[in-house]
Amino acid sequence: MATAAVVAEREHYLNKEYGIRSWLLTTDHKRIALLYLISITFFFFVGGFFALLIRLELLTPAGDLVQADTYNKLFSMHGQVMIFFFLIPSIPAVLGNFLVPLMIGAKDLAFPRINLLSWYLYMIAGLIYIHCIVTGGVDTGWTFYTPFSTAFSNTRVIEAGIAIFVAGFSSILTGLNFVVTIHRMRAPGMTWSRLPLFIWAHYATSIIQLLGTPVLAITLLLVVFERAFNLGIFDPTRGGDPLLFQHLFWFYSHPAVYIMILPAMAVESEVVACFTRKRIFGYNFVAMSSIAIAVFGFLVWAHHMFVAGISLYAALVFSILSYLVAVPSAIKVFNWTATMYKGSISFTTPMLYAFGFIGLFTMGGLTGLFLACLGIDVHVHDTYFIIAHFHYIMVGGAVMGYLGGLHFWWPKISGRMYPEAWGRLAAMLVFVGFNLTFFPQFILGYMGMPRRYWQYPPEFQVLNVLSTAGSTVLAVGYVLPMVYFLWSMRYGKIAEDNPWGAAGLEWKTSSPPPTFNFDEEPEVTWEAYNYEQIPAPAEVPVER
Amino acid sequence: MSDSPVAVEQHGPELLHHFVDAEQQRDAASLGMWLFLATEIMFFGGMFCAYLIYRFWYYNEFAAGSRSLDIWLGTINTAVLICSSLTVALGVRAAQMGKRKLLVILLLLTIVFGFAFLGIKGVEWYDKYKEHHIPGPSFNVDDLVKAYPQIHIDQQHEQIYFSLYFAMTGLHALHMIIGVGIFAFLTYYAWKGRYTPKYYTPIEMGGLYWHFVDIIWIYLFPLLYLIDRKPLR
Amino acid sequence: MFENLPLWPVRASSGAGNVDALYIFLLALSAFMCAAIFTMILVFATKYRRRRGVEAEQIEGSSALEITWSIIPLGIFMVIFLWGAVIYFHERTPPRGASEVYVVAKQWMWKLQHQEGPREINELHVPVGRDVKLIMTSQDVIHSFYVPAFRIKQDVLPGRYSTAWFRATKPGVYHLFCSQYCGTMHSGMIGQVTVMEPAQYEAWLSGGSTTGSLAASGESLFQQLGCPTCHRSDTQGRGPNLVGVFGKPVQLEDGRTVMADENYIRESILSPSAKIVSGFKPIMPVFQGLVGEEQLNALVAYIKSLSPAPSGAAGKPGSGPTGTRLQNVKE
Repeated sequence: MATAAVVAEREHYLNKEYGIRSWLLTTDHKRIALLYLISITFFFFVGGFFALLIRLELLTPAGDLVQADTYNKLFSMHGQVMIFFFLIPSIPAVLGNFLVPLMIGAKDLAFPRINLLSWYLYMIAGLIYIHCIVTGGVDTGWTFYTPFSTAFSNTRVIEAGIAIFVAGFSSILTGLNFVVTIHRMRAPGMTWSRLPLFIWAHYATSIIQLLGTPVLAITLLLVVFERAFNLGIFDPTRGGDPLLFQHLFWFYSHPAVYIMILPAMAVESEVVACFTRKRIFGYNFVAMSSIAIAVFGFLVWAHHMFVAGISLYAALVFSILSYLVAVPSAIKVFNWTATMYKGSISFTTPMLYAFGFIGLFTMGGLTGLFLACLGIDVHVHDTYFIIAHFHYIMVGGAVMGYLGGLHFWWPKISGRMYPEAWGRLAAMLVFVGFNLTFFPQFILGYMGMPRRYWQYPPEFQVLNVLSTAGSTVLAVGYVLPMVYFLWSMRYGKIAEDNPWGAAGLEWKTSSPPPTFNFDEEPEVTWEAYNYEQIPAPAEVPVER
Repeated sequence: MSDSPVAVEQHGPELLHHFVDAEQQRDAASLGMWLFLATEIMFFGGMFCAYLIYRFWYYNEFAAGSRSLDIWLGTINTAVLICSSLTVALGVRAAQMGKRKLLVILLLLTIVFGFAFLGIKGVEWYDKYKEHHIPGPSFNVDDLVKAYPQIHIDQQHEQIYFSLYFAMTGLHALHMIIGVGIFAFLTYYAWKGRYTPKYYTPIEMGGLYWHFVDIIWIYLFPLLYLIDRKPLR
Repeated sequence: MFENLPLWPVRASSGAGNVDALYIFLLALSAFMCAAIFTMILVFATKYRRRRGVEAEQIEGSSALEITWSIIPLGIFMVIFLWGAVIYFHERTPPRGASEVYVVAKQWMWKLQHQEGPREINELHVPVGRDVKLIMTSQDVIHSFYVPAFRIKQDVLPGRYSTAWFRATKPGVYHLFCSQYCGTMHSGMIGQVTVMEPAQYEAWLSGGSTTGSLAASGESLFQQLGCPTCHRSDTQGRGPNLVGVFGKPVQLEDGRTVMADENYIRESILSPSAKIVSGFKPIMPVFQGLVGEEQLNALVAYIKSLSPAPSGAAGKPGSGPTGTRLQNVKE
């Protein structure tokens, strides 16, 4: 067992240099990943705080906690912060940044300085957005629909638009870095078919980031121009078309949801493989399904507009395409389940998150079938059914994937083990709290409660109270990891190179890795997930 | 994005430490720049999309607005950019052949052409300002309404044409300014002798960016200036 | 079926049952899929939990299985798609002969006007069993007209008309919500739809003010604004004859042919140069800013009344519009 003294002697990326300059001017992808970890955690709690206020207001049918305008700002900023400043960066910028070079056997990403620039752009965007919040906020909904956002809202729309525009560049640069890295910097022997599925999914995510985000950028820029310079591009009183905004907006914002979920699927594949000690069932199909999701994801945007005023025929086309994009996701779920057959399953914290992910993603995904269905969508569009649907995927799916991944790779990142018992407890609290919070919202939605409602008819109260109660449990589940991860950095058990006995190049180097990742350039002669060659750890390394 | 010259690593400015060899570094830079240009296509694409839709709906207003642009200045600017792309291409060749002085001259010429383009664009914008064709409170196209009595021009729809005109040429001009800035850096480092036949990647990458901005203009020019230049009946 | 389960709103329209049936099918399908997957996971997690001396069995995959569990879901998805598409098609095709209610949405209220004349704010009274078509526009931002009990929803846009329709089947009072975020009092832009027995509806109609039908007020506005100066009922006018225009194709001078629907009439008043009728000059003055939304609705209703009434009522016998009948040729 390595002692603290031995670890202190060995040089790795955390202790190579100290001081704030060495962090703020780093080009080491691992340090940049940690910079992101701190920033996005901050924004997670900002967005979470807004959510808490929303749920508190919704305890009663009347609007009695905050004013209507304030409430409208709360849900708008909750959405924007969570999507643009938490979910979209989360797994790619933290886990992706840390792991992509390690997993393919490279010393760093292709463009380390652009990686740092990406973080600085994110921080600048974040600061602009914080300034927006404290100087009045924005109340357009996260979706900025025109003409309300361009000609009617009295809030800081321009500032919010600029902040998200800058954050979009951060996202584009991350995607660019990953694609070039994966293409050009794989170690000898690391062929495409030997890549971990984590890499395949991040590759698909990066393609979407590259091709989709610029469209959001120009759309927001046009909204900003219209507001700032009184142009009339989306203003119907001047011949402009508000629906044009919606098409341009959703052209990005639908693929954006795949930016948010594919990385979580990436984590899922790695965790399931490790804790069933098996190669993922149907590797080729899972890899290709990521690419299929990225491609088809660009073809379905107007399923957000079935009642917006598009033609009947357009609606039919987008509905049918939306069913096509559901198939690759279903394939993944089936493959992960099939992997468990004749596996050797341990119930560590990451695996608990993985189980939770499959459950919640399946439920969220199935409700997507409801929404792609034209006849049903008319009734549930813009109600709490939609809110429940996307929270099941983005929170039940993406956030659980993120937390599971953080736990799985924590030993590699920090050189320490987190306390397993607390980890399992937090995972279960998150799962239970999540369902209590969001399941009632499906019912609320079909009953007819519209979204973005500050006040509501009294018959909806019981379900709202249930939902708020659940959110308190969820909140505890989220706070716990923050506490014990911090604790573990000082007092956690020292981790070995490969505490889980996992496959993958990242586990062949030390925990934490040296600055240049590998002492010698690896040469890969084995297939991915070669668990038959890796001995399982004697016992699952839990705290006793 | 071209490799902006920052702190020198242990291996020297050419080979960055995380690359295995120079070829990998070059391939990575090249792929990175092409991907970046793809994002730029998507960025301008959103605006081209809006343009296409409104042109289809408000053809008359778009045609009238197009005619109000100075076709000679537009043509000269097109020629200026094409020439600048020539100097860029020749510059890459000069770098390949190790001709430092020639490279510096060509880069400087490119910058001069860039400034010429921006200057002419400034003149055109100023003309629009004088004619009250800038969207906003003082927008007024009575002159166009009078000039084309045979087609009925809706002032509000005309404003959409000019909104798109300024948005598109404005963003293009911004990209030109960034391009000139990049070339200023390239010129400085070329003069310092940084680029050799073995290492001229930044020149190539800067060149790709410049060509792209040029191509955007090649699309903008006919779409904005040449909508309907047939002689009026 | 299952009327009193608190899982869905009451079914008060002819379409609600179809929507709920599909919903229940999807619920059952989802429950089945969840049960299947969760059970399998539970079984695998128990049976294949890590045990000393037992290794995992490396299984590459099975193309046959992959194809099966892609094709079968795809097939089921196509069934769902078709079923939903049929419902949607029905929802978006108002039946001929439906009586019309013009709706103007503004921050933050609903203004409704019946064809027969009565106006309402945030309330809509309709008789049971009659097809009602809503012709809606907004004065400012995008709103959305949502009646959960009818399972209908349609975004209401500024600058154009959008339509929705329903046939109420159950007397009662039902929520009307705005379901497209529209600013401060979005959650206050609510009202109610009151469905009454036909006799009660007649009583309600006649108890209202005697403002006359919407088409009649449109006619007087038409005269006031000087429209007959050019739009004569013969071929001598400087503008096209509007008798019989509505609902028919119109040839434009640029060669296109468009259908003269509500949006066309509205655009022709607000922005006449957008579409010039073949053989006429672009001399019609612009009325944008000179007529409000409700006046536009009245004008549209009047011009519609100049065309023959659509044949074949879709409602039940005896449920056709009473009160002022649609006029035929009028001059």
